[in-house]
Amino acid sequence: MRNRRNHTGLINGTASLISIALGLIFGFLLLLVFNASFAVSGFNNLMTTGFASSEKLAKVFYQSAPLLMTGLSVAFAFKTGLFNIGATGQYTLGAFFALMGVVQFRLPWWMGLILGMVGGALLGLIPGVCKALFNVNEVITSIMFNWIALFAVNLSINNMPLMLANAWGAINKDRTAALTSSKFMAYNPNATIPKAGLDKLLGSNYMNIGVFIAILVAVIIWIVMNRTTFGYELKACGYNRHASNYAGINAKRNIILSMTISGALAGIGGGLYYLSGTAQYTLVKSLLGMGFNGIPVALLASSNPIGTIFSALFVSYIQVGGDALQPEYSREIIDIIIAAIIYLSAFSLLMRGWIAKRLLRNQKDNTNMGDEAPAEPANEAESGVKAQ
Amino acid sequence: MTGNVIADILSGTILFAVPLLLVALGGMFSERSGVINIALEGIMVIGALFSCLFLRMVDASGFGPAHPQLSVFFAILAAALSGVLFSLLLAFASIRLKADQTIGGTALNMLAPAFAIVLTWAIQGQGQTTILIPNWVRITQANFGVTAGSGFLERFFFKSFFMTTPIAFLLLIAAIVVLYKTRLGLRLRACGEHPQAADSVGINVYKMRYLGVGISGFLGGIGGFAFTVAAGSGFQSSVAGYGFLALAVMIFGNWKPLNILGASLFFALFKIIGSYAGSIPFLPQFNGVKSSEYIYLMLPYIVTMIVLILTSKKSRAPKSEGIPYDKGGR
Repeated sequence: MRNRRNHTGLINGTASLISIALGLIFGFLLLLVFNASFAVSGFNNLMTTGFASSEKLAKVFYQSAPLLMTGLSVAFAFKTGLFNIGATGQYTLGAFFALMGVVQFRLPWWMGLILGMVGGALLGLIPGVCKALFNVNEVITSIMFNWIALFAVNLSINNMPLMLANAWGAINKDRTAALTSSKFMAYNPNATIPKAGLDKLLGSNYMNIGVFIAILVAVIIWIVMNRTTFGYELKACGYNRHASNYAGINAKRNIILSMTISGALAGIGGGLYYLSGTAQYTLVKSLLGMGFNGIPVALLASSNPIGTIFSALFVSYIQVGGDALQPEYSREIIDIIIAAIIYLSAFSLLMRGWIAKRLLRNQKDNTNMGDEAPAEPANEAESGVKAQ
Repeated sequence: MTGNVIADILSGTILFAVPLLLVALGGMFSERSGVINIALEGIMVIGALFSCLFLRMVDASGFGPAHPQLSVFFAILAAALSGVLFSLLLAFASIRLKADQTIGGTALNMLAPAFAIVLTWAIQGQGQTTILIPNWVRITQANFGVTAGSGFLERFFFKSFFMTTPIAFLLLIAAIVVLYKTRLGLRLRACGEHPQAADSVGINVYKMRYLGVGISGFLGGIGGFAFTVAAGSGFQSSVAGYGFLALAVMIFGNWKPLNILGASLFFALFKIIGSYAGSIPFLPQFNGVKSSEYIYLMLPYIVTMIVLILTSKKSRAPKSEGIPYDKGGR
């Protein structure tokens, strides 16, 4: 049993890495096509900028925190057989609740985060209820409520004078208060997520403990999914709703709970980003991209909560690298590369079969030669692989 | 005055219903054949991109201003063809490679706008993210040799009239005929309901699904162009979520062409009422609230949700959508 699980992880991971490698090669070809003279230096920038300086590294961590949360949100819903395309709306409402907490109610940052979680959960609850009780497809409800949430948040912020930046000495009123402005600091000094000296360590204002909070949540979600009865029930509903109903699992309750938790995760993401002190919510009439970026993060990790940590870091890393591509290329090349990686990972079924075969052949060869390398007999490994 | 507002609302409703109708019909063909097409948004972007690039090209060459409606027709063809080609990426992954259809679709949705921005930059120069639509694209009274009037009917027909509207109407009729009156339509529907049964009577399920996705690319591409001319401000590498809305309209329309027509008109009407709310006398104006326009912007989404909840008992998706067909499977 143990080595079966080992193989699954290994094979999934290898498939993802192959997708990433192929996607990056594709990206290099794109750079060649669009502007051959800068292709090598551009690709070098793309691949190394994230580690080039501690400031850039801080930026990677900073962006990866909300990405990880929205990715986790989508992944959690996927695991339970639901497609949460509403992460962007939940993220927006979470951001609003969190900001409202620290601005209107002068709460400390962690209370803001909890409020953000509540906001996201509320918006996740709606598609869950609509699906469970009224048989309305969760995708359509989520899409509708993305827009409703966006407009409701903009409407509310416009009608809360304290929330806007111009209440705190700034001139612009198209965005929320700057939490680090001196006037606001005097009003609520605990509004931003603590930096715990990390900003000094990495020499960047962007660094705070947000990414560690996100990683902690990911670990908790992994434990819930894999080590608790509740998680087992949720996954069972995802695999086969009718079978789980038959086994005495309340599928309707689980659909509602799973969408609510998924929404809560995205809501924390909104809180983490907008309570950082370095971001201000801008009032625009288009949906925030962060929620949609959670989808590739989840897919790249095959919806594994621990995998999501790495895929969020990776996506954030090459996004920081993408900024360094400008001005020779537009930074959207990054999105093309990520899209290519996701598209390739859709072939993972094919790829996993192929990797499993290779793995198997190597192990067989090794045992035939009497090598000490394989830890377990080949035939056992074979049954493990076939069980995929 | 009120007559003018009503004429504007009606013509605006049709203008915005057209892209929703086309794209939702496309989604319907794909899902009826058994493939969930979440990539409609991306397909729209690609269709809009290539048709707008085409218009830009013929505008510069002088062919466009000389033969405006012929050029628009070719632009629509460009949109349709590019949509088909792009949708084949989804078809290949989800039919031939049996990949998860949501994953492939998400990748394409991400790819399309990024590709559009990169290509627009490469063609127009850095930072030039908008492809302007030439003003000869709109059909005016002058095209019919009539002098411009300003009565109710003139306003209704010519305020915002583009070739995409009559074409959408023809395509709707074609869609109904193909889906319900031809052998092809019956086979296509069978593949979305019970592919094994379809296969057992000699229908090539893979071919039917390629066809379903291809049609969705065709209609989705044209829909992307229709959205861009309706939005009016040129192509900015985005279709503002209309592909996802079309997906909602398709579900709202219960995967049936005429219901989809009704659903898209319904949604578009409330959207237009939302944006004209200030000039409609009998609607409350919320004068005490700042930025009250947001209240009416929410309107179409809220109304659609209410109707969906009320009518959802009858909602029924094609039975085998989203499940890759495996000839050897049981």
